[in-house]
Amino acid sequence: MSDASLNTQSFTNEASFGDFFALLKPRVMSLVVFTAFVGLLVAPVSVHPIVGFASILFIAIGGGASGALNMWWEADIDAVMKRTQNRPIPSGKVTAGEAKAFGITLAVMAVVMLALAANMVAAGILAFTIFFYVVVYTMGLKRVTPQNIVIGGAAGAFPPMIGWAVATGGVSIESILMFSIIFMWTPPHFWSLALFMNDDYTKAGVPMLPVVHGRRATRAHILVYTLFLAPVAVGAAFTSIGGPVYLVASVLLNLWFITGAVKIWRREEDAAIADKYSAERKFFRVSLLYLFLHFGALLAEGVLRNFGMGGW
Amino acid sequence: MAIVKEHEMHKRRFSRNMGVGLALLAFVALVYGLTIAKMQTGDTMEAADHSPRVSMTPAEPSE
Repeated sequence: MSDASLNTQSFTNEASFGDFFALLKPRVMSLVVFTAFVGLLVAPVSVHPIVGFASILFIAIGGGASGALNMWWEADIDAVMKRTQNRPIPSGKVTAGEAKAFGITLAVMAVVMLALAANMVAAGILAFTIFFYVVVYTMGLKRVTPQNIVIGGAAGAFPPMIGWAVATGGVSIESILMFSIIFMWTPPHFWSLALFMNDDYTKAGVPMLPVVHGRRATRAHILVYTLFLAPVAVGAAFTSIGGPVYLVASVLLNLWFITGAVKIWRREEDAAIADKYSAERKFFRVSLLYLFLHFGALLAEGVLRNFGMGGW
Repeated sequence: MAIVKEHEMHKRRFSRNMGVGLALLAFVALVYGLTIAKMQTGDTMEAADHSPRVSMTPAEPSE
């Protein structure tokens, strides 16, 4: 670029390194890293630390790449939603084309490198995850059906399965259960968010459940999914990755979660508006803790097993 | 104003270039580390070129 062309551009908005990093959705990536790490660590096969580290890194980069591609596709709705309007593309720091190129490059690199560092099964699941999140969820479902996050939630549920595949080179009941926990947890988690962020989704025209079927139906859906989630989460305690520590943690967490869901279900809309959705906001925070502690308990069981304790 | 004065934009570009440079360096170090780790764990090796591929070598008949 010549100096003469500088004045013709809005270079004050030029992206910094941090803006490109923000495209990777670091907060989502932290969940991906944590669950993939747990999946890797609880597997019955040990992995060389450097191979393990590299694999987790490539899984995280793959997850980040899907985030960048999601932001590329959703730049129009991100711009109208309060929660997302400061993202790099709507704020004008990164162009949609740059985000697309960045995302595709990182996605290909992550899959190829995971295949080289670990194995083809792990790389295959990672590739499918990226495809599922970007094409099936972002491009296909999100703007079409209120069941968007139910099906799309699968994308966020794959990381522990990939971690498990890195170690074992395959898929088994344990990894499917870890997948199922996140898969069943996603709808109540996001619907509780949608309850108090409804206006944003309405403005953007995203057919979230409260937008299409109302808050009453959403409250009922949250309760039903929370009830279905409980046996899946507790059931994992009786597999080779579970144990007494996990069982106790899971039972308590599910009681806590179900209590919250019943409370949300019984609440009248007027009461919720009056206290600015405090119960829904609390349920959303509890849901984050719920998932973190479940995988934390699995991790604890894995560590204890290494010391000859844990498990049944 | 001196013509050589650095614009704020240049600082941002420097941060981006530095970030990319460090990321590439880290990537090189990681691939090197992976290579060493794979050699240590005795994974099947295949040389780049002009050498027999391990995966294509017929198994020796057992006696």
